[in-house]
Amino acid sequence: MQHTIPVDRVGPAGEEMARAVEKCVHCGFCLPTCPTYVTLGQEMDSPRGRIFLMKSALEGGLTVEDALPFVDRCLGCMACVTACPSGVQYAELLTPYRARTEKSRPRSFTERLARTLARETLPYPGRLRLAATTGRLAAPFRRFLPASLSAMLSLLPDELPPATKPLPRTYPAEGQRRARVALLAGCAQQVLAPEINWATLRVLARNGVEVVIPDGQGCCGSLMMHTGDGDGARDLARKNLRAFPKDVDAIVTNAAGCGSGMKEYGLLFKRQPEEAEGRAFAARVRDVSEFLAELGIESPPVSAPIAVAYHDACHLAHAQRVTEAPRQLLRRIPGLTLLEISEGELCCGSAGTYNIEQPALAEAIGRRKAQNILRTDAAMVVTGNIGCIVQIRASLGRLNKPMPVLHTMEVLDRAYRGMEN
Amino acid sequence: MNPHPLIESLAGIYPEGRLLIHPGELASFESDGLTSYRTRPAAVVIAETQGEVIETVTLCHQHGVPFVARGSGTSLSGGSVPVKDGIVIALNRLTRIVRLDLTERIAVVEPGVINLDVSKASAASGLYYAPDPSSQQICTIGGNVAFNSGGAHCLKYGMTSNHVLALKAVLPDGEVVQLGSESVEGVGPDLVGLFVGSEGLFGIALEITLRLLPRPEQYQTVLAAYHSLEAAGNAVASVVASGLLPGAIEIMDRLAIQAAEAAVHPNYPKGAEAVLIVELEGEAEQVAEEYKRLEVVIRDSGAYEVRLAQDEADRQRIWKGRKSAFSAVGRLSPDFIVQDGVVPRSRLGETLAEIKRLSQQYNIRVANVFHAGDGNLHPLILYDGREAGAHERAEKLAGEIIRLCIRLGGSITGEHGVGLEKRGYLPEMYGEADVDLMWKLRCAMDPKQIANRGKMFPSGASDGPQAARATGLHPLEREGIISRE
Ligand SMILES: Cc1cc2nc3c(=O)[nH]c(=O)nc-3n(C[C@H](O)[C@H](O)[C@H](O)COP(=O)(O)OP(=O)(O)OC[C@H]3O[C@@H](n4cnc5c(N)ncnc54)[C@H](O)[C@@H]3O)c2cc1C
Ligand code: SF4
Ligand code: SF4
Repeated sequence: MQHTIPVDRVGPAGEEMARAVEKCVHCGFCLPTCPTYVTLGQEMDSPRGRIFLMKSALEGGLTVEDALPFVDRCLGCMACVTACPSGVQYAELLTPYRARTEKSRPRSFTERLARTLARETLPYPGRLRLAATTGRLAAPFRRFLPASLSAMLSLLPDELPPATKPLPRTYPAEGQRRARVALLAGCAQQVLAPEINWATLRVLARNGVEVVIPDGQGCCGSLMMHTGDGDGARDLARKNLRAFPKDVDAIVTNAAGCGSGMKEYGLLFKRQPEEAEGRAFAARVRDVSEFLAELGIESPPVSAPIAVAYHDACHLAHAQRVTEAPRQLLRRIPGLTLLEISEGELCCGSAGTYNIEQPALAEAIGRRKAQNILRTDAAMVVTGNIGCIVQIRASLGRLNKPMPVLHTMEVLDRAYRGMEN
Repeated sequence: MNPHPLIESLAGIYPEGRLLIHPGELASFESDGLTSYRTRPAAVVIAETQGEVIETVTLCHQHGVPFVARGSGTSLSGGSVPVKDGIVIALNRLTRIVRLDLTERIAVVEPGVINLDVSKASAASGLYYAPDPSSQQICTIGGNVAFNSGGAHCLKYGMTSNHVLALKAVLPDGEVVQLGSESVEGVGPDLVGLFVGSEGLFGIALEITLRLLPRPEQYQTVLAAYHSLEAAGNAVASVVASGLLPGAIEIMDRLAIQAAEAAVHPNYPKGAEAVLIVELEGEAEQVAEEYKRLEVVIRDSGAYEVRLAQDEADRQRIWKGRKSAFSAVGRLSPDFIVQDGVVPRSRLGETLAEIKRLSQQYNIRVANVFHAGDGNLHPLILYDGREAGAHERAEKLAGEIIRLCIRLGGSITGEHGVGLEKRGYLPEMYGEADVDLMWKLRCAMDPKQIANRGKMFPSGASDGPQAARATGLHPLEREGIISRE
């Protein structure tokens, strides 16, 4: 597509944005994998449509406000990137575009409130815990609240898991040490599902991996990156650049969203003093499933047969292209049958703060995912991201068809420990 | 023409959110798969029912405002580009499969149903919908009907028109008609055949009755690599001459292979100037028998490497490479034109050599990927639109290729339609009397010429007086009594 984007006047990522636009040949191959397009069936809510809208806004043919509602509805799931034969790097357009337009956008008071609440709490485990507790207290008043705030509350679990003991600084390998990694503890996950980190530590240890959990690490910054706050994201990322040691085999995470965020540090610090450091950091980041599949794992003992449906978290499958590794690990569990979910490339509707900002759409997308899961006859859903776990649980619950939804590491951990899955 | 009174009436049909009039809502509908044409419509309606479509068309007729039906907007000839100040009727929410009769092997679908979804819906019973455009995961049955779309496997099974048994359509004046019947043996003229391929000029298809076929028991997919494109082209003629009728015969040249490799890693033979994909299909015994014959033909055709798909995954990989090729070329060049023309397949080798010569003469890269079995060429003309004059030169080259097709006794389009892009060439392919007849038909069906106005027929106004004189204008037009803009 021909364009006239004034690359020098649209911020530091002008070149990248223009390249993404230019590469789009308007073929529409990405449309069937876009959750908003399949739900709404209209061009402006498709990847091709959004690229065109952002292009027009950058060129000045449209105002930022004209394009805003449709750019806002994008989940950032990156299914379109996986589907695109032409190699359009949509993230390289969307992220800087959002960062650029964020400042100038008008938002209603409640939108601002919900957004601020989300941004000020989700990345901080302590605050999130507090908010979750008070949030539950507010639940009875939900029907008086605006939709976005109410949606935020509905995602909170009825009962928060008890705060487990804090993670150790190091967790030793069992038997002979085969590798040494640093773990990102994650933020929301520590409050909503602390057991995932413990399961991860045990699975890594069992396979001869020593884990260090560096002090001073914080949120990966991806939430801010994807809501358009580049500066905020960089502040958080800088902390991690400092905190993580360089003498480890990998920087490992079990939250797909954080993994994809940290793999983008090179882009985040583009043309900034930390660019090289960010790039080097990004190159060492691995999702835990990716790391373990590369390393090779021990087979768990035989356990009772179970059929599980594996859900590809967008931030793992599309943003990091990790689809085979978790499946490979799960197949090592004797008695476990792995089922595929139809329309597997579609997002579950979770995507960061999406539930809060687009509650109705998130619910519709979640329903579709739940229905597809129910068609598989699985007894359990397995996935690699806390956001998906929460969203899928809620979506299945709304259909009155609850089912266990676990992280890949939890399933492996249970298998190693001979627990019923 | 002032479309606004119409928009007021449309507001009576469509709730907010489904009648789009703001620039941000309209912009993304400006073009289809051929982005060099762009027009912003006055409004877009997102229809959800057939009734809404009928009412909209009726209102457009009353107000004399042109409308364009839109499926997934993957047309490569500007077919779904809006008409200025006209209405776009988006059909993507009309996605009901009204009836799936597995014993009669038919599917009755609404126009917004995606091609591949018909096969998915009938897969459990071992049936499928045969026409398989490369865009099958997104293009709609409505769009397929309008363009009589084809695909790799149409060599054996025919184009869309061979698979549409009946149609319910709203004509441009709002009348609803039922054409054809569920049986292949109809009575009277083939009105379905008239509608299929009419490029949206005869109205909008609302319900389409499709023929389903049993999925072949066995596929045998052969990949042969050649040191020259001409050799691959000649191999096609030999395969056909041997009396074999494979399901598909496709060719990709070096540039197309390079693009596909970068996009989806199909792992085609290294160093090939061209690959030939031949797929045999049918009952296992017959396929085995045919393969023996095919092997000999391919061996004698000068292929330097021949490979067989090892399993279904391998076969899918081969096809994914082929079907991604158009879009994948975006990796090689910022801009390109997808040309679509036909030559008799006995003249493929000669045609390809001439395209190569033209490419060198213009100093413009041309990638070739095509349905070789049908002689349906798709030269992809690569250029950089930021270079002054590059687009014009690329268009000129595209034009020379099309004229070459006409000269060799072929056609200006195999499957992508005439649309906006090729309307100037229609009179070069057909005599004046033929174009006149087509125009009369058009006027009979659509006296106000509101359905997809400006498409298919050469337009005096926009092609300049020169072109207008050279093209077959209707006598009334020449007299200035009617006009098409
Ligand atoms: C990468 C790529 C590969 C392609 N490969 C092939 C191929 O192998 N073979 C092939 O034949 N084509 C191919 N095409 C072209 C295109 O996909 C087909 O022409 C397809 O049929 C268009 O369908 P659509 O739903 O996108 O229709 P649109 O582009 O939306 O519309 C096409 C035309 O149909 C009209 N129309 C739409 N719906 C209706 C209706 N219900 N009633 C009446 N008119 C209607 C429109 O007004 C327009 O004129 C390819 C395109 C791309 C981008
Ligand atoms: S698949 Fe890629 S090139 Fe095609 S429309 Fe989507 S983003 Fe553009
Ligand atoms: S990132 Fe996801 S939601 Fe956004 S355009 Fe791409 S596929 Fe659609």
